[in-house]
Amino acid sequence: MDDQAKSMMDKLGLDARLLGMIGALVVIWIVFGFFTDWRFLSPRNFFNVSVQTASVAVMATGMVFVIVTRNIDLSVGSMLGFIGMTVAALQVQWLPSVLGLGHPMIWVIAVFAAILMGAVLGAAQGWVIGYLTVPAFIVTLGGFLIYRGAMWWVTKGQTQAPLDPIFRLLGGGAEGTLGETLSWVFGTVAAVVAVAIMLLSRRRKATHGFTVKPVWAEGILMAMAAGLIMAFVWIMNSYPIPRGAMRRMTEARGIEYTDGMVWNHGVAIPVVILLAVTIVMTIIATRTRFGRYVYATGGNPEAASLSGIDTRLLTVKVFALMGALTGIASIIASARLNAVDVGLGTLDELRVIAAAVIGGTALSGGAGTIYGAVIGALIMQSLQSGMASVGVDAPLQNIVVGFVLVLAVWIDIVYRRRAGV
Amino acid sequence: MTTPLVEMKDISISFGGIKAVDHVSVDLKPGEVVGLLGHNGAGKSTLIKILSGAYAMDTGEILINGEKATINNPRDARTYNIETIYQTLALADNLDAASNLFLGRELVGPTGFVDDDAMEAETRKIMARLNPNFKKFKDPVSALSGGQRQSVAIARAVYFNARILIMDEPTAALGPHETQMVSELIQQLKAEGIGIFLISHDIHDVMELCDRASVMKNGKLVGTVDVADVTDDDLLGMIILGKKPGES
Repeated sequence: MDDQAKSMMDKLGLDARLLGMIGALVVIWIVFGFFTDWRFLSPRNFFNVSVQTASVAVMATGMVFVIVTRNIDLSVGSMLGFIGMTVAALQVQWLPSVLGLGHPMIWVIAVFAAILMGAVLGAAQGWVIGYLTVPAFIVTLGGFLIYRGAMWWVTKGQTQAPLDPIFRLLGGGAEGTLGETLSWVFGTVAAVVAVAIMLLSRRRKATHGFTVKPVWAEGILMAMAAGLIMAFVWIMNSYPIPRGAMRRMTEARGIEYTDGMVWNHGVAIPVVILLAVTIVMTIIATRTRFGRYVYATGGNPEAASLSGIDTRLLTVKVFALMGALTGIASIIASARLNAVDVGLGTLDELRVIAAAVIGGTALSGGAGTIYGAVIGALIMQSLQSGMASVGVDAPLQNIVVGFVLVLAVWIDIVYRRRAGV
Repeated sequence: MTTPLVEMKDISISFGGIKAVDHVSVDLKPGEVVGLLGHNGAGKSTLIKILSGAYAMDTGEILINGEKATINNPRDARTYNIETIYQTLALADNLDAASNLFLGRELVGPTGFVDDDAMEAETRKIMARLNPNFKKFKDPVSALSGGQRQSVAIARAVYFNARILIMDEPTAALGPHETQMVSELIQQLKAEGIGIFLISHDIHDVMELCDRASVMKNGKLVGTVDVADVTDDDLLGMIILGKKPGES
């Protein structure tokens, strides 16, 4: 029976680590569900967890490349704060005085500024690491202090609020979602695309004469992919918007509000951003030369450079990408809070590293997946939200998360040793 | 006289004041196997890494087909059809055979994305020729045996139509059967007109496979001899004493 299950798993081609992470996630959800009268498994909570995961998960996808190339980035939390504060000041003080308050271009400029600023700061760090050969640990530890200090200087420590109304939508909330109809459209398109990609890949393999998975296995995988996407949309579309927000939204759209009206949230915009980032980063990791070189350099830096790969320039690119993603994460984090104070992003670097590592990224380099890091971030956030909802106080939450991190890495080491990889 | 495929003239390189290669000249003709001999630290691998683009020489020049060549990095060397099988194999252990074979020269589809399936298909073809027992196309090369890893490294050098092949201790980690396979491969490549620099510790290998042998000691060239004109002991004398046969 055991062998039969194993051979079925082999045919499905799902790796044990992915199943283990999903298993851990489900256990966490069920345990916290049990202790909260199943409130933890309500659409409302899933919506909140998905939004709270987005910022850290976006950065974790970049941290995978950083760690795979045998580096580390301790600066992302401070950089997120610095970018957030700069971009907030841009929206609150500088741009309104030039363009006028509420100008429709403000959010566009803010978004570009955030991403560009992250890419430039990251590239600068990457240059010092790659070309001046200062260890990444030191360079980014320096960045950690520098950005936190620079953040204070931007506004002399003043909190910046409120942010541009359109920019705020990027952080979620009642208005910052796709809405019900668009969410269904989004889900359907995503499901169709996922199935189409699997079919195309199968056909390509068949034309080369490779053995492909049995039809039933491929069918199950397609059904699972489409099913998961649609189930997620369905849950997000089952969370009604509270009355206060409804009144505000109906008024803004010129619709008369009645007591019987029910609007649901749908998929939050930061989650859409996270999905887009995950897909793009997965394509970069698996289907581009740059991604291939990232993994080759992590596996054997000498072999990579003997193969003609410019590993110094690669380091600059990896850190620039990490910075750009930190810029995106900073948009999500500041928009969600609708304010930026000097504490924004504190300890995020550790959450991001933990998410990547829980997701199976090896600190020795060369191994790690994008989806793993995203699931890792989801596990971390689920733990944190779950403990908060059962009333565990903050210090104990940190203690538990710390233990879980060490435990997860130990399990990963044991798994690697057994699997011989 | 045919134009030599490669002429390395008066090459020197120093690391931190130590002359690793000191005014050395060697050459290689099409269809010829030239052995490079010497103790550890004699400068063989360093000399060859200059040709493969891993190190930049301090002085000297390299001619390919009689024309001056500029080789500043491994990419340049590849454009001259110089391929190298390193002693360490230079494989990324975490990647599969196809990714290693095409590392730095990935096949891309019309959309510019890496085409793994095409690379695997090509890898299967060349492996069927070089090592028909090779089956682990999906596994990272860390999961392969020493001989299988070696065949990936050899496949990488052979696949891209090398005209100049550098083999640094190609049989050091191999069993007798696999060593035999490498010998046959060298004969076959030689017949195709490829020039081969063979770095080896093993005098018997050199006597069997090489046309000429260049011996190095302490970074200097002791001399280059036709293998047919010398005995094992002559070569040993050159390696150990640094004296050419006939010198007292």
